Amino acid sequence: MTRYFSQEHEWIEIEGDLGTVGITDYAQGQLGDITFVDLPEAGATFGKGDSVAVVDSVKAASDVYTPVSGAIAEANGALADEPELVNTQAETGGWLFRITLSKASELGALMDEAAYKQYVESL
Amino acid sequence: MSEYPITDSDQEEAPIEPMLLPLNGWHRDQGGRMVEFAGYMMPVQYDVAGGGIMAEHLWTRENAGLFDVSHMGQLLVTGEEDAQTDIEPALEAALPIDLSTLKLGAVRYSLLLDENGGILDDLMVSRWPGGFYIVVNGATKWDDIGTLREYLPDDVTLNHLDDRALLALQGPKAFAALERVAEGEYPLSALTFMKGGRFTLGGVDAWISRSGYTGEDGFEISIPGEAAATVADLLLAQPEVKPIGLGARDSLRLEAGLPLYGHDMDPERGPVEAGLAFGVNKRRRLEGGFPGAERVQRDFAEGTAQKRIGLKLDGRQAAREGAKVFHGEQEVGVVTSGGFSPSLQHPIAMAYVDAAVAADGTALSIEIRGKKLDAIVAAMPFVPNRYHR
Repeated sequence: MTRYFSQEHEWIEIEGDLGTVGITDYAQGQLGDITFVDLPEAGATFGKGDSVAVVDSVKAASDVYTPVSGAIAEANGALADEPELVNTQAETGGWLFRITLSKASELGALMDEAAYKQYVESL
Repeated sequence: MSEYPITDSDQEEAPIEPMLLPLNGWHRDQGGRMVEFAGYMMPVQYDVAGGGIMAEHLWTRENAGLFDVSHMGQLLVTGEEDAQTDIEPALEAALPIDLSTLKLGAVRYSLLLDENGGILDDLMVSRWPGGFYIVVNGATKWDDIGTLREYLPDDVTLNHLDDRALLALQGPKAFAALERVAEGEYPLSALTFMKGGRFTLGGVDAWISRSGYTGEDGFEISIPGEAAATVADLLLAQPEVKPIGLGARDSLRLEAGLPLYGHDMDPERGPVEAGLAFGVNKRRRLEGGFPGAERVQRDFAEGTAQKRIGLKLDGRQAAREGAKVFHGEQEVGVVTSGGFSPSLQHPIAMAYVDAAVAADGTALSIEIRGKKLDAIVAAMPFVPNRYHR
């Protein structure tokens, strides 16, 4: 399994042609207490960079963009009752959706963990 | 990800380089996450254990929260010694307030209206010995000063007390915390809601009023800017007190049903439709003689097309400013403030809707990202006020 990161603070973990997407721990810290997550329907198709989900905090609503093109395989149903999982387990149990990649080559434009860490430190 | 800031309209008016307030370093020392607001760097929340908007909000509802609101404009209107009597008619020409019933030390809510009766700002007026102390919103203070000066004759002076800081201590334990450190000619308990007086805090002269913007019992404390950190430290040393950022200030005031200037009221709205008619005192409404009097009197007599109302939503998804409100298929209004209520654990909002659908209990819906969410018109405050009257 390989994990990539986007400049918009999404992470995606790849297993075969399936990617699991969430927001990074840095991102959840910036957003603060998350109160609701609006998730995509399974089967919906999106292009890289499309707004796929919205994360609501007490303060504001934030778009989450998909770092790759594809079709939604599954959304994280646990977030309906426990949106705070995105705060407490941003990079594990607080994942947002799984997407079936239609263009695996798009992964090449993303950062690895070390590069993302460096990117966050530069902010 | 990208964020829709809640303060966009404030930021549009802000100068390019944000200004720093007396407690800027103090907030950073407390872990404050500083953001630009109304032209100043202000803490939106504190990144410490027990910090964050949700925790800060709930702490204030149960204990005492310390807010820095030094971005607000503190103004003092005074006259020359033989011109004391000229102040009142001059201020009454500018504001729809009845100063004849405002006693020494009393604080009253009022509005600054334009010639068409649109709301330019909301403000607090206190009668001090020798003059009137006025607190206006941060983002509007420069315009307010200009507007007020147009009404005031030459022998009446408007001073911008920009060397002063303003703190708010809010919550059910605010009195206990402040009483421990406040010294004065009379006890702090002499102040009831919307009354103020002079005290000292750790040797620092302070004007303290029992007022605030959270719906809780609490105090607003005007002190010299250079002593702000001393007073903030003294208050923070009290076990009931934690620092609270702008984020919780917004969620607290929303639960309390208190409108925010630039969002829930603006020059397009008048006092009657905004539900702020109490800001226009009865004698003034009857007699007129203030900016926009004609419109205010007409709105009182005939009612308004729309009204500011509260909305409760099911589920967890919050409605934000700008979301359209529907009654069946018909668009009937717009959300002006909204968010998730930390105390109630469901979303709440303020909106302007057509008067015909403004009654409590009316079933409406709010369009959010192409979906319509159910909402019910609800009485405000959403969380009961606990003022010490």
